[in-house]
Amino acid sequence: MRYLAFASRNCKEIFRDPLTLLFGISLPIIIMCLFSIMQKNMPFDLYSIENLTPGVIVFSFSFITLFSGMLIGKDKSSSFLMRIFASPLFATDYIMGYALPLIAVAILQIVICFISAFFLGLSFNANVLGAGILLIIIAMLYIGFGLLLGTYFTDKQVGGIFAIFVNVTTWLSGTWFELDMIGGTFKTIGYALPFAHAVDATRFALSGEYADLILPLLWVIGYTIIIFVISVWGFKKKMKS
Amino acid sequence: MTVDIKNLTKKYKERTAVDNLSLSIEKGEFFALLGQNAAGKTTTIKMLSCLSTPTSGDALMLEDSIVQNPTAVKQKINISPQETAIAPNLSVKENLVFIASIYGSIKQEAEQKAVEMMKKFGLLERAKNKAKTLSGGLQRRLSIAMALISNPQIIFLDEPTLGLDVRSRRDLWKILLELKGKITIVLTTHYLEEVEALADRVGIIHGGKLHALGTIDELKENTGHSSLEDIFLTLTEEEI
Repeated sequence: MRYLAFASRNCKEIFRDPLTLLFGISLPIIIMCLFSIMQKNMPFDLYSIENLTPGVIVFSFSFITLFSGMLIGKDKSSSFLMRIFASPLFATDYIMGYALPLIAVAILQIVICFISAFFLGLSFNANVLGAGILLIIIAMLYIGFGLLLGTYFTDKQVGGIFAIFVNVTTWLSGTWFELDMIGGTFKTIGYALPFAHAVDATRFALSGEYADLILPLLWVIGYTIIIFVISVWGFKKKMKS
Repeated sequence: MTVDIKNLTKKYKERTAVDNLSLSIEKGEFFALLGQNAAGKTTTIKMLSCLSTPTSGDALMLEDSIVQNPTAVKQKINISPQETAIAPNLSVKENLVFIASIYGSIKQEAEQKAVEMMKKFGLLERAKNKAKTLSGGLQRRLSIAMALISNPQIIFLDEPTLGLDVRSRRDLWKILLELKGKITIVLTTHYLEEVEALADRVGIIHGGKLHALGTIDELKENTGHSSLEDIFLTLTEEEI
């Protein structure tokens, strides 16, 4: 149970950072409000709240990658990780300790984004709960990316890489527009990566089309497993070096 | 014998950071590992605290091998790394409670130990302040308190006064002198006056090799020099 002490420390570090509240919680709400206002003046149905909510929640998970990557990167550069590597904690304790608080952040993002969406016109039904559970699985993908970045890069490098990461995940996820609108290579690349599948799966869950969400969900789970395996392997290697 | 180092070697590709190091440290001894930058001090500490696997050789820490049984070793030791390794957004008390908890203390016990440490290290008034708001000297005190809260039998202090002003350094010396004889302390430093003020015995390491070992008086007698500075310069000059 020592990982709970480590998770508690990481939780405090993340939630006491004002960037968490600003980017992780406030920004998705602001984006949802802005796009909803834009939708009212649009002649076609691009940013309907049913379409927008899944994309914005998945987009907000990008910041989980930033928080986890920065936290591990800072722990490395300040020798804090060295101190706790000298303690009797095991590799699984570290992974659990870093992942658990980020799941808490993800759940908070899901809940707050859905509450905001209800005020913007999303109807509440059982599908929302299903989408919420699905989103927790999707959040694991972004936590995995954070562990990966934090393991291999410093906190300063993570900041720079995140700027690229957030653009890739946003433009290639179909959050702001359907990838079918552009098609071709752009669409092929988009669907070779997990982000568009994450948004699609959430949209299917929210609309109750559960049979259709299996394939995109499998893409997300597959990527999550690969990213976690690489991260844990790299983390264990770093522990021994 | 608390620490028994046997032919400890660490190689990074072509470079040998620590070369066939052998020495013993007695229970309760304040041992200083003295050397220039990149002499191999930190690499030695990392191997002894099970952070880095030796290329060859071994060390017994209270009878447990750092190679064969690192988990048992980790329960008996603690380390204050070279950089101030504290959780910046946690308060002074939370930092201490956190370390006590990962070493197995339950909440109540961890909080009690944290209060004891804060009293000992003069941090009680800053208990609720975030660690990042402390001065450099107080952060180092907290770092050492975090290393001591697990009641280690052996503590490694890796250049604990690096970058501190004179007053903060002297304050920290006072605290370290109070620990003398109570637990085994292995200190790495390149401040000669620190070694003279604190250490029972000194090992001078250069280019990864142990060049001298003994009390300061023994080193003076063996080398014929009257100051530790002259001894150090002579012993580390030969390799240049």
